[in-house]
Amino acid sequence: MNVFSFDNTFEGLLTLVFECYSRKLFPDEILSGEGSQSILFGSTTDIVTDDRKAERVWNGIVSRSSEDNAHRIYRVFLAGLPDTPLLLVKYIRVIIDSTKNEETNFSLPVVVEVNKLHQKVCREAQRIHMFTRFQKTVEGSYYASYAPMYDVLPLCIPHFRDRFADQPWIIYDLKRNYGFLYDLKTVSRVVFDDLKVNSQNGQLHASLQSEDEKLFQRLWKQYFKSICIEERRNDKVHRQFLPKRFWKYLPEKGVL
Amino acid sequence: MISESSLEKLKILAGAAKYDVSCASSGTKRSNTNGGIGNATAWGICHSFAEDGRCISLLKIMLSNYCIYDCAYCYNRKSNDIPRTSFTPDEIANLTIEFYRRNYIEGLFLSSGVLRNPDHTMEQMVSVVKKLRIEHRYNGYIHMKTIPGASQQLVTEAGRWADRLSVNIEIPTENNLKILAPDKDFKSVLEPMKMISTGILESKEERKKYRNAPLFSPSGQSTQLIIGATNDTDHTILKLSSALYTRRDLKRVYYSGYIPVNSYDTRLPALITPPLRREHRLYQADWLMRFYGFRSDEIVSTESPNLDLELDPKVTWALRNPHLFPVDVNTADPLMLLRIPGIGTKSVQLILMARKHNRLNSSHLKKMGVVMKRAQFFITCNELRSQNVQDLKPEIVRQLLLDKKSLGSDASVQLKLFYPMMPALK
Repeated sequence: MNVFSFDNTFEGLLTLVFECYSRKLFPDEILSGEGSQSILFGSTTDIVTDDRKAERVWNGIVSRSSEDNAHRIYRVFLAGLPDTPLLLVKYIRVIIDSTKNEETNFSLPVVVEVNKLHQKVCREAQRIHMFTRFQKTVEGSYYASYAPMYDVLPLCIPHFRDRFADQPWIIYDLKRNYGFLYDLKTVSRVVFDDLKVNSQNGQLHASLQSEDEKLFQRLWKQYFKSICIEERRNDKVHRQFLPKRFWKYLPEKGVL
Repeated sequence: MISESSLEKLKILAGAAKYDVSCASSGTKRSNTNGGIGNATAWGICHSFAEDGRCISLLKIMLSNYCIYDCAYCYNRKSNDIPRTSFTPDEIANLTIEFYRRNYIEGLFLSSGVLRNPDHTMEQMVSVVKKLRIEHRYNGYIHMKTIPGASQQLVTEAGRWADRLSVNIEIPTENNLKILAPDKDFKSVLEPMKMISTGILESKEERKKYRNAPLFSPSGQSTQLIIGATNDTDHTILKLSSALYTRRDLKRVYYSGYIPVNSYDTRLPALITPPLRREHRLYQADWLMRFYGFRSDEIVSTESPNLDLELDPKVTWALRNPHLFPVDVNTADPLMLLRIPGIGTKSVQLILMARKHNRLNSSHLKKMGVVMKRAQFFITCNELRSQNVQDLKPEIVRQLLLDKKSLGSDASVQLKLFYPMMPALK
């Protein structure tokens, strides 16, 4: 059994593909970085990330399929499920080994699987666009936190940056403990050790919230209640579109 | 300016606006300009979902729920004894900005009862929109209702600032409108609609010549029809929608199942629950017209003027036209693929791409998201021929599709036991 391990970065995964081809040896299992799964039998091949090798694989994918497809592979990588790297290596092999562009060959199970996962990742990113709720802080900046299912925050930043260009903001991933901070000029990645946030509902500590923050949350909650037509009540559809795992972060569904 | 007292106003004026079903925030793509706030994405974003399952994308609010009209179907009619209040233009602009900055909403949907006269109301509404665009440098989405009977000048002004304008027809035929809304007539509704569509066309032409010519209602116009408050058939309704789509170039026609808000009024039917099923079927039919290349007279006709409530309009169309099936998914042209029950626009795209690589069979189709329980009777693919609508007769297929227990992959196996037991089907 061929077992490979890599540092769980996207460049690392591409390097891994490069190494596979140069050794003519393809993985049956891939271990990612910090996860300390121990292998009982056999040894693992550790891959050292090399940006030049990664770039060659990236260019190979682009030339054999399309730039869109290369970006799609990146987005699927963000899903970060235990078997995602292996799925992607299989997919990249299909793309590289064929002389035709196989990215639209939906009769191959691996192509369908990658596209399904891609859709899930994009949907999660879309949900961050939808369900992010900023709280105004005493200093006049805006803070929001979430625990998305996949690591989709990087995909959402361009949208927030364009939309909220005139207000400083922070969006923080509580599950992966990192976030992005916008200071009216640039967006940078940040990690906070002593975040004064209630992890149960993503609310900032009251002393950090601006004076009228609670009022606007109440106004929003009131609006949410008033806009519903009782005669048409449909809890099933409501839950389907607004997944329960988001409720605790939404002022209209609790918090107060 | 926004304070505790705004809570009560918001409660009344959002509650008054909720019967307007439009919520789209799509159709305009605009980047934020330097130093301003907000942008508009081409596909629109929902920000929450109310407990009735409807999406909340915009702050849907009335400027005022005072109204000089007395339309029988309207909750805000003059003769209803309900709490009345108004927001000032400043209050609405501030509330919109505060909600927008917190990412609660995608933009503003502004409506109003008619105060004094249509022009006065329209002026107030335009002032809200102008405040947002100029004072607050707001680039997000704005949908504005046009008050029936408003002057050309005000409609033109509104179109300059808003992303979408809409006038609600509400009642699909003029006679019924006259009965239920004596203060209104078709002309007062259709005139502004015409002004908007001319405005949009003119602006499009101008912008071909000068790139910076002003936009006019860039995401088009929409309207709403109330379903089930009158005896109008689905045929009448869909014919009207179809005409609006083709001749007035509307982006959307919304259908709103009548909710008995004024049950005391004897001009209206006594409904216990809103006709949600019918509304759903109308939306399906609407989709068929807009995205699937169906004409309204293919979906309903004078002989069968109403949609089948039990089966979706595409299936009923297919069952009426069994001679066109089965369709070979590996060779059929895209327009015919779109007409197969169980295959949607997404599946069609996937099929078209995938069949360049290999011939497709039913397991491929299933993986691509085709609903085989419906499609199986209408297609052939790269495998042994199964029983299709021609072999089985449409009545039997109808019964099979209705009987949930018999659905699934083994439907055709069960059929042998099933067939002799149902000799006389309607």
